[in-house]
Amino acid sequence: MTMQNPLKLVGKAWAGSVDRFGYPKVIIFLFLILLSVLAIGQGQSMPGFIKDTLLRTSMIGVLTLAMVPGIVSGIGLNFGVSIGILAGLLAGCIGVEAGWKGVGGLFLTILVAIPLSTIVGMAYGWLLNKVKGDEMTVSTYIGFSMVSLMCIFWLILPFKSPTMIWAIGGKGLRNTIALDNTFGQVMDKALHLNFFGQQLPIGSLLWFGFLCLMMWLFLRTKLGVTMSAAGDNPRFAAAIGINVDRQRMLGTTLSTVLGAVGMLSYAHGYGFFQLYVGPLYMPFIPVAAILIGGATMRRVTISHVISGTILMQALLIIALPVISKLVPDGAFSEVIRIIVSNGVILYALTRSGGNK
Amino acid sequence: MKTLKKLSLLDLVKKNSVPLLFLILGLLGWMASGQPLPMLLQEVIYRLSRNLILVLSLIVPITAGMGLNFALVIGAMAGQFGLVFIKALNMGGVGGVGMSMLFALPLAILFGIGCGAILNRAKGKEMITGLILGFFANGLYQLVLLAGVGTIIPIKNPEIVLAAGVGLRNSMELNLINYSLDRLIPFKVIINNWPVWVPIATFMLIGLIAFAIHFLQRTKLGQNFRAVGQDKHISEVAGIHVDRTRMIAMIISTVLAAWGQIIFMQNIGKMQTYFSHEQVGLFSAAAILIGGATITKANFGNAIVGTLLFHLLFIVSPLAGKNLFGDAQIGEYFRSFIAYGVIAVAIVMYAMKKARADKAESADSMVE
Amino acid sequence: MEKVLEMRQISKDYSGNKVLKGVNLSVRAGEIHALVGENGAGKSTLMNVLFGMPVIHSTGGYQGDILINGAVTEIKSPKVAMDCGIGMVHQEFMLLPNFTVAENIKLNREPLKDNPLSKIAGSSLKTVDRAKMVSDSRKALDSLGIGIDDGALVSGMPVGHMQFVEIAREIDKENLKVLVFDEPTAVLTESEADVLLDAVKRLAARGIGILFITHRLDEVFTVADSITVLRDGEQIASMARKDTTIVEIAKLMVGHTVEACERCGNKTDENTPLAISMKNFSVAMPGERVRGLNLDVRKGEIIGIGGLAGQGKIGVANGLMGMFPAQGEVLLHGEPLKLNDPLGSIQRKMAFVSEDRRGVGLLLDVSIETNIVIAAMQVWNRYLNPFLGLRMTDQKAIRAHALEMIKLFDIRCIGPGQHTRRLSGGNQQKVCIARALALDPTVLLVSEPTRGIDIGAKKLVLDFLVKLNEEQGMTIVITSSELAELRSVCDRIAIVYGGKTMGIYKPDDPDEVFGLAMAGTDPEIGRGK
Repeated sequence: MTMQNPLKLVGKAWAGSVDRFGYPKVIIFLFLILLSVLAIGQGQSMPGFIKDTLLRTSMIGVLTLAMVPGIVSGIGLNFGVSIGILAGLLAGCIGVEAGWKGVGGLFLTILVAIPLSTIVGMAYGWLLNKVKGDEMTVSTYIGFSMVSLMCIFWLILPFKSPTMIWAIGGKGLRNTIALDNTFGQVMDKALHLNFFGQQLPIGSLLWFGFLCLMMWLFLRTKLGVTMSAAGDNPRFAAAIGINVDRQRMLGTTLSTVLGAVGMLSYAHGYGFFQLYVGPLYMPFIPVAAILIGGATMRRVTISHVISGTILMQALLIIALPVISKLVPDGAFSEVIRIIVSNGVILYALTRSGGNK
Repeated sequence: MKTLKKLSLLDLVKKNSVPLLFLILGLLGWMASGQPLPMLLQEVIYRLSRNLILVLSLIVPITAGMGLNFALVIGAMAGQFGLVFIKALNMGGVGGVGMSMLFALPLAILFGIGCGAILNRAKGKEMITGLILGFFANGLYQLVLLAGVGTIIPIKNPEIVLAAGVGLRNSMELNLINYSLDRLIPFKVIINNWPVWVPIATFMLIGLIAFAIHFLQRTKLGQNFRAVGQDKHISEVAGIHVDRTRMIAMIISTVLAAWGQIIFMQNIGKMQTYFSHEQVGLFSAAAILIGGATITKANFGNAIVGTLLFHLLFIVSPLAGKNLFGDAQIGEYFRSFIAYGVIAVAIVMYAMKKARADKAESADSMVE
Repeated sequence: MEKVLEMRQISKDYSGNKVLKGVNLSVRAGEIHALVGENGAGKSTLMNVLFGMPVIHSTGGYQGDILINGAVTEIKSPKVAMDCGIGMVHQEFMLLPNFTVAENIKLNREPLKDNPLSKIAGSSLKTVDRAKMVSDSRKALDSLGIGIDDGALVSGMPVGHMQFVEIAREIDKENLKVLVFDEPTAVLTESEADVLLDAVKRLAARGIGILFITHRLDEVFTVADSITVLRDGEQIASMARKDTTIVEIAKLMVGHTVEACERCGNKTDENTPLAISMKNFSVAMPGERVRGLNLDVRKGEIIGIGGLAGQGKIGVANGLMGMFPAQGEVLLHGEPLKLNDPLGSIQRKMAFVSEDRRGVGLLLDVSIETNIVIAAMQVWNRYLNPFLGLRMTDQKAIRAHALEMIKLFDIRCIGPGQHTRRLSGGNQQKVCIARALALDPTVLLVSEPTRGIDIGAKKLVLDFLVKLNEEQGMTIVITSSELAELRSVCDRIAIVYGGKTMGIYKPDDPDEVFGLAMAGTDPEIGRGK
């Protein structure tokens, strides 16, 4: 009896938390705790981890947020967010070419990105309305083909800025474009906090927080409620006079625009643009993050965005040094990223059952 | 009561518009590339022989209604495990190829069962699930070969194991089996003083596999594949074990992919341990679609023609890109755009047709 | 002749709810036995029992005995039923469109022949014997007297031919003893139906027992040798055709004794202005097609729309609300109504409570309060609160209104924030009605208001509808499969058959009037016979 009780309690706590948060979140959380204990045991620098986690969160966060309108409007996980990412990259190149610098330069670039991504987002939304039921497969391959199509354009677009083209030989834009002279990390240079010798990226965190707040507010407007109804139950929505296709198009466009803004936020924190095949697998990161946060293909909240991004990034950041200390050789952190992110997506795809 | 249809040229063009388009594209590319014919011929023949089994492995799942099997990479992994196996034992020649196929067989069956079980839980979303499953399995594959070799799997051969004794090296020479099947029956044609090798034995093996698939399609199992591929519900009501049938389709596809990858590597002669398999699903799917297949229909003709045309394009695009735009990279990016693009278009067309059918079902014409 | 099938004292309940109460049924070789009854009379459940469907066995099985050729047989699965020689021609066809006729007839019963490999690897690798497949199919088709090409693909075939392929599949089964037809003529044109009835007679003449489920009483009297009537899970009567009349059967089918609705029928007359007037109204709702219907709804009345499933009664309200493509001429309060425009219909002050409560009526994973106000918010911009130029939802007003509705309807819930998925059917229905009322309608369309809800809630819902009508003068259109329910609250009842109005009746008209009208026979003519 006395032996059973604690076991039962653990079982109950397990079942309760799985029910509340979903398997991925609970398992990743436990895994994270295990790694943290190991890290402390190994004498790793915890403030460093915290800073890196927050930095990565501020970088990926907006892209994760871009998943929200897609899920809410009913197109599901937007694997084609790479279309927005490409628009963001193009706007970024325009910004660098124009020599826009500093926080103002960053926001000017975002202002360029918004109309660009709106146009492609609407076209993409129109297409997704034609392929209802297969949005995810379609968007994945549309994303892939757009990325490979843009590869050709990166080669031939007539940009001239020396930071973007090869110094000698080579044609077209570079693979990696440094942003340290334009708007790389400008928000964090302007606003940061010292924490045990680590500089926390307060500026970009505030930016991420601001966008989350905006999205939270949006979901509580009439339009937000309408969009949620269209995504949640299209037949119900149609019955109360909602134009479901329009809402889906709006959601897709919003997701694409946030993808573009997310790309620029990412590049801002990272300090580089990565062109060519760089964006190919990028959508899988925010998709995995939001699923880890507890979202499903049909339901999502802002807390899923925040907790999912933090959990996933913390896991990846802490896993790298801990595992490389345990097993000195090999590229394990990459392997863990592949297994965790695709495992989570796979779980989501198989969980919702076979039908529909 | 079969009336012979008049084969009008227009009909023929319409029916084969996709392969024709790519034939023209390939020929134009060839003209732009200025590649000598014998060289091109050798490349095309080799690529046909080494890719065709992989492409053929897509046919059965398409028939069974599971779409393009993007989890093909998992079969390729099984094949590469087979190659690691013979490399560890230092086996070579045709015997080595045979041994690796034999070793890969149980693994591929096991993987096929796993894939089948997972795809049965994701009916209607097989393609995206297969793709993600492939990525996921790739992570596990790397984990096993990086951390498992030298610890759990006792492989010592320093030629392939990293210096620390754990994990496999990034690349692996396969010169012991290189061309061993391709040139088992040595045969070459001299064109303009160029020797063009024709891998007779490999083509014979491909013929054998094609015959086996053809045979299978005529059996009860083949009939079940077609039934399940059309309508899972009706098949179930008729008493066909739908899930089991789909699983068998996946097993067959996975085994063929494993063997296909071994034949592929046998021709290349060098394996990138962690990357060689990654594009298998993409290229094979693109090839069969270029041959005129769709998400729901594919045959041998599609596979052969498609492989031929896709690889023709593949060979000529870098040179054509260089000659036309002064940059070989353009050609390379162009061909990967073609690969992704052709799949995207096929999926969009399939999804549109399905969505239209759904709509029509809910609101067919008012007048009857 | 011997009895090929006998069902004795068959009873079945779903978690305490008795749906079959000791039904007896027997079919002799060569006999055509018609099984008639309203929707929900238990016909499908009886057939599910006969076929050993999983839905029966996963819910505790059935009581009673099934005898095949005089021997008690336990039918545990559809496979057993097939092995016993029971065949069924389904209402929805079980045909694969890209298979040929022959392939469909032989689906999963393909003739096989050995090949070297199959001897080692098992029967699933045996080769399909196409020649025999074709010859068997030809034989089956010929015996039906139908000249369908056995090599043609099923896709694109006329419906009548598809049905014959289905029948051919059944009679190709060598041991076939009993063949069940489930509403076989529902999808056929009149001439196709005649061909089918001929074929049915021919099959019976070959010694096969036929069980014929239909609602078309004229058909019953054309082909059947004997008739069994089910009502509310009970076997009401079994008799030879020659011993009965169409009127008697119609009466037996409906047969409810209804308390006269005293207040009904006197509110309106021919001179009352019309709320809705439908002329040549058609709705493409799959399975519930409306075909050129004419119907007038008077202002301030409660009108019922009744009829059997599939006849189009459900389509009327759905068409008015723009849920399915509709055409025709509709006047709402004398003004033309723009069709196929859901928003427009709501803005013209019509509100709809759908028959598909969980599919169309509710957002299941959203709170009760949002479900109640969302339509009014969407259409009339209510419950909004401007904030920084954004139209934010007014949570306080929403909560207040929801609490009021919860109290008014006695919605049993944890609170207004509870999701609707876990509510009982009755409480879900109350939420749906509350949502419709939040739209301030002058005309309320309610479909299947009491389907799947318990008796207490049923009464509450119906009483509330009556109260709305009497106190606010709201025009109410109730569509229901339960005739008794319509007769207890409606002023007038329209019976829809074949997508058209068969007639409009008073709730206290005799039973056989409703029975005949629902079965597609004009009561005037039917009774005149």
